[in-house]
Amino acid sequence: MNVRAQISMVFHLDKCIGCHTCSLACKNIWTDRPGTEYMWWNNVETKPGTGYPTLWEDQQRYRGGWDAEGKLKSTGKAWIVANIFHHPSMPTMDDYYEPWTYDYQELFNAPEGPDQPTARPISLVTGKHIDIEAGPNWDDDLGGSPVYAANDPNLAALTPEQRRQLFAIEQLVFFYLPRICNHCLNPACVAACPSAALYKRGEDGIVLLDQKRCRAWRACVPACPYKKTYYNWSTGKTEKCILCFPRIETGQAPACFHSCVGRIRYLGVLLYDADRIHEVATMPDEELIEAQRSLILDPFDPEVLAAARGNNVPESTIEAAQKSPVYQYVKVWKLALPPHLEFRTLPMLFYVPSMAPVMASRQGDTLDHLSQDLFHDIEQARVPIRYLANLLAAGSEARVRYALRKQKAVRWHRRSVTVGDVDAEVVRRMLREADCSPEEADAIYRLTALSTFDERFVIPPGHREMGVETQQDPLMHKQQAGFGFIAGPRRGL
Amino acid sequence: MNLAAFDRVLYVGLPYTAIFICVLISLQRYGWRIFTFSSLSSQFLENRTHFWALVPFHYGILTVLLGHLIGFSVPRAVLAWNGRPLRLYILEITALVFGLLTLIGMLALINRRLASDKVRAVTSVMDWIMFAVLLFQVGSGVYVAVFNPWGSTWYAAVAVPYLWSVFTLAPNTAIVTQLPLAAQLHIINAFILIGLFPFTRLVHILVVPNPYLWRRPQVVRWYGSR
Ligand code: SF4
Ligand code: SF4
Repeated sequence: MNVRAQISMVFHLDKCIGCHTCSLACKNIWTDRPGTEYMWWNNVETKPGTGYPTLWEDQQRYRGGWDAEGKLKSTGKAWIVANIFHHPSMPTMDDYYEPWTYDYQELFNAPEGPDQPTARPISLVTGKHIDIEAGPNWDDDLGGSPVYAANDPNLAALTPEQRRQLFAIEQLVFFYLPRICNHCLNPACVAACPSAALYKRGEDGIVLLDQKRCRAWRACVPACPYKKTYYNWSTGKTEKCILCFPRIETGQAPACFHSCVGRIRYLGVLLYDADRIHEVATMPDEELIEAQRSLILDPFDPEVLAAARGNNVPESTIEAAQKSPVYQYVKVWKLALPPHLEFRTLPMLFYVPSMAPVMASRQGDTLDHLSQDLFHDIEQARVPIRYLANLLAAGSEARVRYALRKQKAVRWHRRSVTVGDVDAEVVRRMLREADCSPEEADAIYRLTALSTFDERFVIPPGHREMGVETQQDPLMHKQQAGFGFIAGPRRGL
Repeated sequence: MNLAAFDRVLYVGLPYTAIFICVLISLQRYGWRIFTFSSLSSQFLENRTHFWALVPFHYGILTVLLGHLIGFSVPRAVLAWNGRPLRLYILEITALVFGLLTLIGMLALINRRLASDKVRAVTSVMDWIMFAVLLFQVGSGVYVAVFNPWGSTWYAAVAVPYLWSVFTLAPNTAIVTQLPLAAQLHIINAFILIGLFPFTRLVHILVVPNPYLWRRPQVVRWYGSR
């Protein structure tokens, strides 16, 4: 057993209000430089929808991730030699959008006349006037749109009837999917980089891209199936989400987590067995979810603890792992599921699937909400379980059903406690059927609805001082830190 | 300035200056401005003609350079190979084909930069200077291959001894100045290109990622040594 720590995340989709505060917090800190305007390290997309970049989930097109034999789908070792001059599955700016600003001077300089003056858009790449054809969140809230939503790759396995339901106007439904880099355990971006510029940090598992080593071979961009490495066309270096590591190292939550209005985000440590990564990543699709869960180790198990200590995992990290909200959601409650695990990068960001609105059946002029089956609204939810399973559970409907049933049971349990208008026997039955004890239901309720900042973000100390110690006298380092020269990221020569 | 002195400037002064600049600035740039090492790919901005420009150019120029390198390292073997006319023809035609591939790729590359607004926006003045010098280099090479036949033989017999004389610090310009004008221009321009090299995007040649083929797929870095 090779125990390592991984800073992992849970996004509770049921609470996301699609406000994009997270995206803007990130953009203002990291990606407002030339060449990065089009990058959204954090983006929020409407589902069903084609997402950002367009159709990123369609790996026929982008060839991201790994196949079941453990080979990169885009360019493995042999292929990179032939493809280094031209990457066959590289997305282009058109798959994202051409960044623009407006020529505001036109508002001021317009001659007096009968028309309102307008500021025309100008491209941030060429500086010329452009017609805007796409932008970030171009399909925001267009859940029922035949142009955008209907092309969602996750709809592929749905029956025509299910598709029709999803787009019927009375039943129109959509939800939001906030996305950042998943800081995967088996990152395809790292494996694809010919220069070894991408790496995973040993101590906390954050995946970073060394700007000084990147040479614009652009292999990581197609390789990441989530399209979370972005090519900076200005500096000629690829960039990606850094999980705000300077904040994490000083005990602060990443900006998108900190600013999240819906408080949907949780961050904590998971201990995992690094020796089994390859084995898990090459399992058949149906076994992937369980296999990834089995990779995550119990932070209370004495054997695991001994192995962790043997591997120099600091005591404070172990403590954080024991208090990790992510561990609760993913492993104990099994409520949170990884996105597109079938891409086999073993993402370490998990989503609690959202409860879709009740799907009422139409009886003449009235809508009927009643059914004998307690969980009927889950089975017949407006968002078909099949769809969520494609998105979050590598196709396994059972895992999604389990997560949704448990969430519903928790709601009814809490209703019986606080409002008291529900038959106790019904609640007991629901909890039983949802594999949930009343205590667990209360715990889920507390962490979901009442949790404080410190309960949502359990960040272990960064222990940079110990890293310094191995190379230099820390006192010396402290005296020297802060001196030196920092050059701005300028393109080539 | 008489002709001999002029020759000395071109065939002794220029090569040493160029090589000196090339090595020194490349090292300085690698050591202190490593961020600037990048192939500066523009495939992200324009992907329609990218394949048809970049692929022929790179395959062409790599083969041609390899040919020059072989001639430089084992000139006798090349001369022996060229002893039979048929083998000489094969070598010359292969060289010409790859030379033309390079030239076509080069023209496509420049055309692509001119045609696409976005790619033009990320093209610097130095890029254009480099393209001009490189185009002249490739063009003069192809010209020589067509109009001054059996270049593979006289390259090995005349140019290589001169190059070796430069490398062994005993420059001998006697025979190289007898070469046809186009060939001389090709050699002089090559030195200009070498001198220009560390100031251009061409430095990405120095950082081709060969360890990738041997390293393990996943890369993990720890704070300290481990
Ligand atoms: S989500 Fe993509 S960029 Fe992030 S670690 Fe995984 S493969 Fe790499
Ligand atoms: S800030 Fe939070 S609630 Fe708002 S879109 Fe982002 S994840 Fe959703």
